Amino acid sequence: MPAGASALEMVLTGDPGLYSIVGLSLYVSLSAVALAAIVGFPLGAFLALVRFPGRGPLVVVINAFMGLPPVVVGLAVFLLLSRSGPLGFLGILFTPRAMIFAQALLVLPIIVALARQTIEDLWAEYRDELTAMGIGPAGRVATLLWDGRFSLVTTLLAGFGRAAAEVGTVMIVGGNIDGFTRMMTTAIALETSKGDLPLAIGLGLVLITLVIGVNAIAWGVRRVGELRAG
Amino acid sequence: MLNRRLIFAATLVLAGGINGAALAQDKSIVVSSTTSTTDSGLFGHILPLFKQKTGIDVKVVSQGTGQALDTGRRGDSDAVFVHAKAQEEKFVAEGFGVKRFPVMYNDFILIGPKSDPAGVKGGKDITAALKTIKEKGAAFISRGDKSGTHTAELNLWKAAGIDIAKDKGDWYKEIGQGMGAALNTASASNGYVLSDRGTWLNFKNRGELDVIVEGDRRLFNQYGVILVNPEKHPHVKKELSQAFIDWLVSPEGQKAIADYKVNGQQLFFPNAGAPGA
Repeated sequence: MPAGASALEMVLTGDPGLYSIVGLSLYVSLSAVALAAIVGFPLGAFLALVRFPGRGPLVVVINAFMGLPPVVVGLAVFLLLSRSGPLGFLGILFTPRAMIFAQALLVLPIIVALARQTIEDLWAEYRDELTAMGIGPAGRVATLLWDGRFSLVTTLLAGFGRAAAEVGTVMIVGGNIDGFTRMMTTAIALETSKGDLPLAIGLGLVLITLVIGVNAIAWGVRRVGELRAG
Repeated sequence: MLNRRLIFAATLVLAGGINGAALAQDKSIVVSSTTSTTDSGLFGHILPLFKQKTGIDVKVVSQGTGQALDTGRRGDSDAVFVHAKAQEEKFVAEGFGVKRFPVMYNDFILIGPKSDPAGVKGGKDITAALKTIKEKGAAFISRGDKSGTHTAELNLWKAAGIDIAKDKGDWYKEIGQGMGAALNTASASNGYVLSDRGTWLNFKNRGELDVIVEGDRRLFNQYGVILVNPEKHPHVKKELSQAFIDWLVSPEGQKAIADYKVNGQQLFFPNAGAPGA
């Protein structure tokens, strides 16, 4: 990133450094949310519909993990992926894949907890109908996830907000390598440490605009979907 | 409909990433280094020259010297490029590194507020300045992060005959962060701080800060580079990393280091051949 450039200048002139950082931020955080959703939605629905011993404490723990400190998750994943750690043979520390994995872990409890709540509320509404139709557990999970899809978009957005805003995990497991693992948040941290506070704030505004953009798209998709679904 | 679209998008995103990672693994090494080499812009200047010559991509993870050595110790980098000679020699002696090559030096400077509450500005004796700062209880910001700069600062207190672990008071603030953060803190609280010259010259948020003491021989700061031992960590990219080390100490690499200037000032002085460096 050129010294002394303002963030606005960089946006307007299409600074390739800035665009690759924005691209990586979107790619890592969206992938992390997608990964967390693939695991988290079925898990959330399962927790909503199935009663088993220890379910109450598990729900409490998952709810609490919505507030996991990113730096702790980062450190745990770092120790896991380090060459001296159990998954060191993968050799993915300091790569975008490690960052996606770490952010997915961070986002997973949010997806599970919010999906569970959504599905549980729906279940109260649909219980008699689904029971009368004799639909089994797998069918119930599928039906409720499908009927709750618009509310679940908000769950995804909560997860994305968490991922896009955090700096703790990606700094530790990504290493903030120029042109490879540098994201918006780690770039902001770096510019702050260089004392270029105007550029850091400018990049912060770019990040916030980006997050608003993603939310606007999600809102639009949801509206269109709701209209079509009647 | 929405779910199908989401899954499609997610698949695209994931597939893109796997491709990207595979391409990037081509001829690249990871070097753990210090914040001063990155924040000063040195790597931004020399790495493109090295890549042009060899095609090798050097990925720099910048940390404090203590953490950078630890990253090498765990086998998470292929080489370390740091500035704390005693710790580097220990790293090699313990078998984590192959051999230490001295590369260059720069110097530390004492930064402080222009108003100079301790009255030490313009002196050439760093230990005398530190003694006065302590006697007057003027605010001093310490990195407190086991970095090379922090180690150098602790050695200077010792040289001044002060046991800082015992004698520190409210005036001495250990922030446990990088050089830039320490300068930001000093700028916000009008404190004194020991900085490497490179980071200072590139630093933009100076406020009322200025150079207070410079030029003392004890402020020289030697950098060394070490290949992480492939016998401990077989995945270390030995040839590529050794090529980087060889280039750094070659006349060409040394010239590239000497050519890096900020506002017309040379920041790092190559001394690969110097005895005892």
